[in-house]
Amino acid sequence: MEYLLELKNLTKRFGGLVAVNNVSMEIKEGEVVGLLGDNGAGKSTLIKMVSGVYHPDGGQIFFKGKEVKIDSTRKALSIGIETLYQDLSLAENLNAYSNIFLGREKLKKILKFINILDHDYMHEESKKVLDRLEIEIPSLRNRISVLSGGQRQAVAISRSIYWDAKLLIMDEPTAALGVAEQKKVLELVLKLKSQGIGIIIISHQLYDVFSVADRLVIMRRGEKVGERNIEETNPDEVVSLIVGAEKVKQ
Amino acid sequence: MDNITIKKNGLHGLLLQLGNKWMIFFLLLEVIIFSIISPGFFSLNGIQTILNNSPSILLLALAETFVIITGGIDLSVGFVMGFSSVISAKLIVTFVGLGMNDALSIIIGIVITLCIGIIPGFLNGILIGRYKVPPLIATFSMLGITHGISELLIEGSYAKNLPKLAGKIGNGNLINIVPGKTVSFFVSPAIQRGERLIEILPNMFVIAFIFIIFFAFILKSTKFGQHTYAIGGNVDAAIRAGIDVKNHIIKIYMLSSLFATIAGIIYMLRFVTGKADSGMVFLLDSIVAVVIGGASFYGGFGSVWKTVIGCFIILLLENGLRMLGFPTFYKLVLVGIILIFAVLIDQFSPELLHKED
Repeated sequence: MEYLLELKNLTKRFGGLVAVNNVSMEIKEGEVVGLLGDNGAGKSTLIKMVSGVYHPDGGQIFFKGKEVKIDSTRKALSIGIETLYQDLSLAENLNAYSNIFLGREKLKKILKFINILDHDYMHEESKKVLDRLEIEIPSLRNRISVLSGGQRQAVAISRSIYWDAKLLIMDEPTAALGVAEQKKVLELVLKLKSQGIGIIIISHQLYDVFSVADRLVIMRRGEKVGERNIEETNPDEVVSLIVGAEKVKQ
Repeated sequence: MDNITIKKNGLHGLLLQLGNKWMIFFLLLEVIIFSIISPGFFSLNGIQTILNNSPSILLLALAETFVIITGGIDLSVGFVMGFSSVISAKLIVTFVGLGMNDALSIIIGIVITLCIGIIPGFLNGILIGRYKVPPLIATFSMLGITHGISELLIEGSYAKNLPKLAGKIGNGNLINIVPGKTVSFFVSPAIQRGERLIEILPNMFVIAFIFIIFFAFILKSTKFGQHTYAIGGNVDAAIRAGIDVKNHIIKIYMLSSLFATIAGIIYMLRFVTGKADSGMVFLLDSIVAVVIGGASFYGGFGSVWKTVIGCFIILLLENGLRMLGFPTFYKLVLVGIILIFAVLIDQFSPELLHKED
């Protein structure tokens, strides 16, 4: 089967430091892959090459079977790769639907030549996507700052989905959330998976990863040190891979 | 949602309701108090005086509204205003000296001044948007530069010998009525001894107000306005959403200088002179007006109409105190106190104050 995203021998150096060394991984549609590793293992650098923040020094990226050069974040967005950062990338002073449409505002004409924001359209469309994902938010007109962490996460996810994400990269999606909210976000991940979206989750919370991921990729010191299907492994083995207590051949 | 409803009760609830509208009540309170203790305050003359004084602070505060919403500040507006008053006066005098007629000299002088006046803003924007110089430093430098150049141009004095027509436009009113005789627009009719002239709405106020209406609309209803708020709210989010933040910041500081330039031109027309420090006193006033209007120095909040209310709070205070015979210094003290008061409200206001757009 054709992969949604395929990374082949990606390498990234910062001066003398090899942050990512010859890493390959792939992900299919509707698959959730957990990307694990200790701080400094190179997960974020790897992801940033996919989201267009960094440019690889070596290797290739294939998206839907075609080689792509992701030279900017805009390029990544335009082909359907959306990244949710830890700090969510939401403007807290704007309301939910304005955030969903931020940078891609829907306009309407008044007096035939003046373009103004089409609030009703953006509100309606946002409501639709939230309903589709079964997300409940009291009012889409509320500023983000009055929403809970989980609701904010949901808004950020809805935004990616609305803009037709094929691949969603989530960096620590549950880090700042309460227990109940973590659960909701994980449910949302499964919901997205069922709609055929590929998801890469970076997380330190093994429990979270084990509850949603199909497959795990483990990195250490810039290298991929293991890849496991979720049913063939257990948290203990994964931890030892992360910290390097056990030498395992790939 | 639950905690929101709970907090709406009691004193806290009252403050919450009052919170983002306190400036309206404050303005009404001023009107009532000054009307009672100072007869003539709430008369056509009293109102005309306030409106005559309003263009500078309105335009500079409009400039600061856009800048402060992005999380910046523009300290140069006062001296860009002075700079423009000097440049426009110098140009017009030069054109008249070359034998051009008065009206044409004024029009061409103004157009060229508008082009020159946005240069300080362009430089501010480049420094702040592209080279990440803190707004305070960039605009403070520009304050010095524009002040210095203006003083050099007028050699420490002020620009003079402007044609009389400039003053006629600058001090004219939209509606001029000689009771029982004529009604004229824009320019006062000649009156005979014993006749009374009723003037309504100063031309310069009308011009400033047209800008206010237009840019209030831009800020509230357009993509440009939305991006301005987004940059102030979370600049990283704005960048990741694909907004060209660098260019937007440049445009914001150019707008700021544009408004200051218009204020300078209005000053030149009204006082028929160009003065390097003509806008100095309005810097504090305009920033205070914006903060009274609910803007936060952290960026992301503010509105043109609330800024306008902030401006009138200061204008009324100024005029009221003057009519009661207090020296101007009292106004400075009170404006300072109001600024502290407004900032404290901002500091202690729960986020819920800003619950909805």
